[in-house]
Amino acid sequence: MSYTKFVAVGLLAVFLAACQGSPSVPDPEPTDTTYGDSGASTGGMGEGGMGDGEFLDDPSAGELGMVIYFDFDSSEVRPQDQDLVSRHAVQLGDKTHVSVRLEGHADERGSREYNIGLGERRAQAVRQMLMIQGVSASQISTVSFGEERPASFGSSEADYAQNRRVEIKYTN
Amino acid sequence: MLKNSKFVVLMLALLGAHANAELVIDVQGMAQPTPVAIVPFGWGGNAPDMPLDVAELINNDLRRSGRFAPISEDDMLQKPTSGEDVDFDDWGYVGVEAVVVGSVAQTGENAYTLQFQLFDVFGRRQLVGYRMPASRGTMRAAAHRAADMIYEKLTGIKGVFGTKVAYVTATRQGEGRLYSLRVSDQDGENEHTIMESSDPIMSPAWSPDSRQLAYVSFEENKSSIFVQTLRTGNRFKVSSKPGINGAPAFSPDGRQLVVTLGGIDGNLDIYTLDVTSRQTRRLTTHRAIDTEGTWSPDGRHIYFTSDRAGGPQVYRVSANGGTPERITFEGSYNARPRLSPDGTRLAVVHNDRGNFRIAVMNLTDKNLLVLSTGRQDESPSFAPNSDILIYATRQGRDGVLETVSADGLIRQKMASGRGDVREPVWSPFPRF
Repeated sequence: MSYTKFVAVGLLAVFLAACQGSPSVPDPEPTDTTYGDSGASTGGMGEGGMGDGEFLDDPSAGELGMVIYFDFDSSEVRPQDQDLVSRHAVQLGDKTHVSVRLEGHADERGSREYNIGLGERRAQAVRQMLMIQGVSASQISTVSFGEERPASFGSSEADYAQNRRVEIKYTN
Repeated sequence: MLKNSKFVVLMLALLGAHANAELVIDVQGMAQPTPVAIVPFGWGGNAPDMPLDVAELINNDLRRSGRFAPISEDDMLQKPTSGEDVDFDDWGYVGVEAVVVGSVAQTGENAYTLQFQLFDVFGRRQLVGYRMPASRGTMRAAAHRAADMIYEKLTGIKGVFGTKVAYVTATRQGEGRLYSLRVSDQDGENEHTIMESSDPIMSPAWSPDSRQLAYVSFEENKSSIFVQTLRTGNRFKVSSKPGINGAPAFSPDGRQLVVTLGGIDGNLDIYTLDVTSRQTRRLTTHRAIDTEGTWSPDGRHIYFTSDRAGGPQVYRVSANGGTPERITFEGSYNARPRLSPDGTRLAVVHNDRGNFRIAVMNLTDKNLLVLSTGRQDESPSFAPNSDILIYATRQGRDGVLETVSADGLIRQKMASGRGDVREPVWSPFPRF
């Protein structure tokens, strides 16, 4: 696990902790506690089996909120994902010293450099949506990996759907 | 702080080790390949064996071309190593149309002479004979050169056995992947790693003198275009502007690259880039994706992919700029154009009833011929003789390389056994 990724996950927990009123986001206090203890807790449960304690939220569950998926041949953010983008916009608007890198991806079909273009188009769609909601252009960078970094290594429609995405990565 | 990316640039010269790229020969088509005989070469030297079985290499080259059927050694009635000893009646009886004899002689500690003669059995005459110096290091290249001369005499088409192929491989490494830019002989032998990185490497392109490769690397989570000299391993970052830096291809004179730049707003357009001064010149201005530029062999036009009309199609624009002209119309998807070096045909990735396949369009009559049979074929690249193409296809989850004759009749698979292989590009002819 790289250092970069660790930082991104840590920040994510803090950001999501501050988010309120959205069903997929845990309440602030438990999330904080969970994140701080999660490593040790998980290990302990593995060793000693299930006790009387309570389930802790999986901190990595928050990472799902960092990915936006797209329909085939589309760079439009789907209605169900627009709220997620807005939540990121709020975070970035509040913390102007924080930056994101939007990583666009495509499925494997077709030629590679054209797929770089499709991934970039998706990253730009998210960027525009963030900027319209007040995020400064200087806080956002984009990169497209096209089909070069698939999230799912198969060639089924389900794999393709996993791979047509934009990953939101907090960089500082 | 983002020192997540690790990369290693390697010198071609220092890595002489043979990676034995396993070559699966799977020639299809061409019902009647010409029967020929490559007689085992004579050997005069200190060691018990010659450094390389030259006859076997020539045999393999000719057989893999799909146009020849070299007979087995067991079927030979005589095994002469010099032209004076060739008995045309024997070879006519065996039924071969041409016979190759030759020998390798040692002339110094690491100095050899390779000679061969090609005979027309029915005409009872020599078609070509040649002698060339070689060292242990150059013996393989010399043998391929002999095969090229034989092939050209017999077919009228220049041989490409002495050429190389560059490609990218991706192998699993822990949680991530290791991307490698590699160069091998066209038969998969003599493989060298040029550059390795934990971040993607894309779009290798040969310089016209075969001495350099341009490529895209995503070190530090950003695309940049590099030009690397193979022999020394020295490389220069020639483009690392904000946004996309992609799809490099050299101009015929080697002084410029055509590249795709996206800028901060991600609008991909075609630019030329002077390799020395790094000056860029914009050739297209359109909100659509314009990418995958390539020069026509005469240097006058740049062909590229654009989805300005909806799906991706091939357009061309004058190398001096101007209004692009649409070139492909057949089907919903034609991308990644590459011109045959003779300028007569255009290879594309074509959507053939839901399958992405390699197709070649005749630029004169605009006829499109689908050459490959996979679901996800990509990255067509012409051999310098314009007669064969190489491309990547799928075998299970991995990419493998395949070649096909430009008429679609002869197809063969190259298996490297090295993970996911993609983006093959055929080198120009070597310069002696």
